Amino acid sequence: MEQNAETRRMLPDSEAQPKRKNDRPLKVAPPKKEKSKHRVIRGLIYASLTILAIICFIPFLMMIINATRTNGEVISGFTLIPGNALLDNYATLSEYINIWTGFKNSLIISVSVTVLSGYFSALTAYGFTFYNFKGKNAMFIFMLVMMMVPAQLGLIGFYEISKTLGILDSFIPLIVPAIATPFTVFFIRQYTQATLHISLIEAARIDGASELRIFHTIALPMMMPAIATMSIFTFIGSWNNYLMPLVLLFSPEKYTLPVLMGFLKGSQVAENLGALYLGIAISVVPIMIAFLFLSKYIVSSISAGAVKE
Amino acid sequence: MKKLDRYGYLFIAPFWVVFLTFSIYPVFLTLYYSFTNYTGSPGEEIVGFANYTRLLTDTYFIEAFFNTIKIWGVNFALQMGMALLLALLFSDLRLKLKGLNFFRSFFYLPNLITISSVALLFGILLDWQHGSLNMVLMKIGLISNPIDWLAEPVTAQLSVSLILTWMWFGHSFIIVMAGVSGISTDYFEAAHIDGANRWQMFTKVTLPLLKPILLYIMITSLIGGLQLFDLPMLITDGIGSPDGSLNTMVLYLYNQAFKYNNYGYASAVAYGLFLITLIFSAIVFKGMFRNERATQKKGA
Repeated sequence: MEQNAETRRMLPDSEAQPKRKNDRPLKVAPPKKEKSKHRVIRGLIYASLTILAIICFIPFLMMIINATRTNGEVISGFTLIPGNALLDNYATLSEYINIWTGFKNSLIISVSVTVLSGYFSALTAYGFTFYNFKGKNAMFIFMLVMMMVPAQLGLIGFYEISKTLGILDSFIPLIVPAIATPFTVFFIRQYTQATLHISLIEAARIDGASELRIFHTIALPMMMPAIATMSIFTFIGSWNNYLMPLVLLFSPEKYTLPVLMGFLKGSQVAENLGALYLGIAISVVPIMIAFLFLSKYIVSSISAGAVKE
Repeated sequence: MKKLDRYGYLFIAPFWVVFLTFSIYPVFLTLYYSFTNYTGSPGEEIVGFANYTRLLTDTYFIEAFFNTIKIWGVNFALQMGMALLLALLFSDLRLKLKGLNFFRSFFYLPNLITISSVALLFGILLDWQHGSLNMVLMKIGLISNPIDWLAEPVTAQLSVSLILTWMWFGHSFIIVMAGVSGISTDYFEAAHIDGANRWQMFTKVTLPLLKPILLYIMITSLIGGLQLFDLPMLITDGIGSPDGSLNTMVLYLYNQAFKYNNYGYASAVAYGLFLITLIFSAIVFKGMFRNERATQKKGA
């Protein structure tokens, strides 16, 4: 219960506040003539908003419809009526690439990255919050400074060290670095400082629980809202990452979905537009479905990341 | 308690082992390579600042810099304009627009999709002969002949800017909207009593109070924009066609390193990019800060 209240405080509830605005006591009733004028303006605004929403959606609609049509039909023009070449397109696509392998690879990497990043960031944040050791502040500031450095800066060095360690063309350099994600540590630490009181931990110590056990049974569950917020972005970021797997993976059977998409462009599949559209659709539709269920949560997480500090 | 505090090291140890190995060390290794002629096989020689002097006179890099700025700039202006306008509409007290959640979800949708899929999708939608966009535009009668969007530098850059706007305006809108919702209604009521109109409320109340949020959007968008890579790489041939107009700084870095094996020079490109990012962020911060001082002076 308390956790939920805290989450709500942390994630600014953009639902509730505009409503509060609407109930403002000072509201002066507009004269009748203006009311009908307002209605026209509102109608126009709604129409423009709807058009904008359609613009956001129509490329996906074109993609889904074209995925069901033959190459000849796609070339001859665009309609909103689906064709019936879906299975043929799928057969063509499967001749050249195995899109489900890419799917599986992306899923393995993104899930591992999300879990590792969430767990170890919580562990690090806990260490930074509840212990006073030498060099703590210096280390924390150093971490924050390094947070500003873009990933591309170390790209070549990262490639070289992966080569030295013999882990090129494997998932390891894509997964293991997730143990150290400074921004997530920072975010969870801010949350923990505000929500988790040290007396709770001291009580557990008196009861004889070990430090690690206290973390796992008391701290971790209470940090969950912050971890979940960051996990959404970690997952999406990892799922959409193109540059790193492109540089680090060489074997087509290890390609992630984004790399496979790039690969698709230069392959013979590109000659059959229907099959190409289908390949893109398969990479896109699962995310769209997930978004349908999670959109509200994602939206409030974006606001939280920005408004918090 | 002193004895327990030693556990702190235990808790942060995994983070630091990985952080030093995969983040800090590569950054310094890249710095070292930027002073060598490393090409991927051992036996590199130290060449001093040669890579950096080359960088300063490299027309491809300078062109890549301006391409990146142009593509990002057009996109950012459009994206912020749309985000602010939408936030203004949805927060208007008299309009009382409904369906915020619905529209917000739709506007955000393009941002979730893998950029390589977006690039591939628009690559074929914008195709000159068979692209659906030309077909639709011709059917409506907006154009009479198909336009080869991705063959002319100007339309190619504009296409990438517009695709980026399409991808990011929803994201900016969500953040701006969260900021607007956080402003206390007291300010608006006070301005209302003082007889302020909508425009005055927007410029004198909303915008100044949104400054920290706008700064956040601008910095994150700038840092992301300077790293533009996937979209220009995949929408044409991967080396910045047409006419090098889609050659961005990170694309140049990638091609120098992993296509031509000029690791030494590519490392210098990485540091050049980093310096540019730092300078631009400093300018943004300073610009915001100066404005603040100016208004304070006016107030006093």
